Amino acid sequence: MNWGSFYAVISGVNRHSTGIGRVWLSVIFIFRILVLVVAAESVWGDEKSGFVCNTQQPGCNSVCYDQFFPISHIRLWALQLILVSTPALLVAMHVAHRRHVDKKVLKKTGRGGPKELELIKNQKFQITGALWWTYMISIVFRIVLEVAFLYIFYLIYPGFKMVRLVKCASYPCPNTVDCFVSRPTEKTIFTVFMLAVSGLCVLLNLAEVAYLIFRACKRCLRGSEEESKVAWISGRFSTYKQNEINQLIAEQALKSKFAVSKKSPTEKGERCSAF
Amino acid sequence: MSWPALYSQLVGGNRHSTSLGKIWLSVLFIFRVMVLVVAAESVWGDEQSDFTCNTLQPGCENVCYDQFFPVSHIRLWCLQLVFVSTPTLLVAMHVAYRNHSDKKRLLQGSGRAGFLTSKGQEEDLETLRRRRLPIAGALWWTYACSLVCRLLFEGGFMYALYVVYDGFQMPRLVQCDQWPCPNLVDCFISRPTEKTIFTVFMATASSICMVLNMAELAYLVAKAVTSTLRSHQRKKCKKSGRERTHNKTTHVSLVST
Repeated sequence: MNWGSFYAVISGVNRHSTGIGRVWLSVIFIFRILVLVVAAESVWGDEKSGFVCNTQQPGCNSVCYDQFFPISHIRLWALQLILVSTPALLVAMHVAHRRHVDKKVLKKTGRGGPKELELIKNQKFQITGALWWTYMISIVFRIVLEVAFLYIFYLIYPGFKMVRLVKCASYPCPNTVDCFVSRPTEKTIFTVFMLAVSGLCVLLNLAEVAYLIFRACKRCLRGSEEESKVAWISGRFSTYKQNEINQLIAEQALKSKFAVSKKSPTEKGERCSAF
Repeated sequence: MSWPALYSQLVGGNRHSTSLGKIWLSVLFIFRVMVLVVAAESVWGDEQSDFTCNTLQPGCENVCYDQFFPVSHIRLWCLQLVFVSTPTLLVAMHVAYRNHSDKKRLLQGSGRAGFLTSKGQEEDLETLRRRRLPIAGALWWTYACSLVCRLLFEGGFMYALYVVYDGFQMPRLVQCDQWPCPNLVDCFISRPTEKTIFTVFMATASSICMVLNMAELAYLVAKAVTSTLRSHQRKKCKKSGRERTHNKTTHVSLVST
């Protein structure tokens, strides 16, 4: 199991994502995972062996390294990427559940042929109803996890600059010793890059939330507008029908009294105004 | 043989799992195997080379490392993941056995009848291969046994880790006086805080997997109990229905006589 298989698992969810969701997934894989694997891991590769303290005391190096780097940047980013990508699997589970239910229904109605089942397997679901809520929850989780990791990063490494020198006085160091960090500038560059892309991902997620809410509102309004139009039309239609009936009754009544019947002008006008 | 090969084997067996079983497999592979491979292995990579003791005595570091780390966390987790994944193969074997016996029966039946065309036979064999067996009868017992085995292995390995390393925290310093160390020497462990973080993470993921397994077992038991009760009720209704019709016919015959 490595990043490649992880990509295969996560990108399966892409079919049911919005356009912004697909952009987010590409940003995650190209600008974060790929950069982590091909570049950042080699920068941090010698972080422990290259961490040197100005003392011969055995153990001082280890202890000071542990004090200043409780968890390596690389591992923190790897955990962040894994945890941030997995809420997308909620959507995949919901879609799988819907497909399962549709298959059951089809089988019960006697239309469970291989062609119909194949159609269900390849069906692309609209992000509406319960799936909309699942999708929203997954995006909210993503945002919360990203921000949480950014905050943890800030707590452990306040400031994004990697210092060249740290001073350490933990046992067994004999006194306050100078310890030198390897490749501090390169580490600063990659830290700033990864944090910037993380911020960009948060913005993309917020944009996706806004887009989904906007689409849902538009659908609601269009739905309620159509409902009111239908109500208006059916109202007018019933008035028109009533007028026609009244007219027929009047004609019948008049026929019995007079030879020629006259159409009343107001009714004609109303009829014209029905549409 | 590697993790992706194990994954493909388990996914095949997972077809006949419940939804909780499928969630369990995802949690296992994403939060445990993947974290082990991409993160934890590099944290423990220099565990022996960077284990330093405050002495120049040759052999002292080796001996002290061996005393405090009889088996590395990484190897313990690898073993745990392999043992915990294999009960699923019990289910896959049972399903394969059922399919094999059904296939034999089908071929024998068609041979005797002699009217099935080869195309029809092929379609039937294909449906047999693709079908998803319900978790009932003997398969229910196999599945329940596999869940119990998983729980035992998870619990066993977590307990073993806790006992061998005296808790989940990795100390910075250990004191060792094994021969050939000249006296009580201080030995320093590399990256203890990072190791503690990952140990706690893996223990949490293991606990989540145990909870999922227990929930799945409870769900299976509940499903079995409700289906038994329903079948008992149906039998009772049928019996009372038959009795009523029998009484009616006897009444009618009595009346007619």
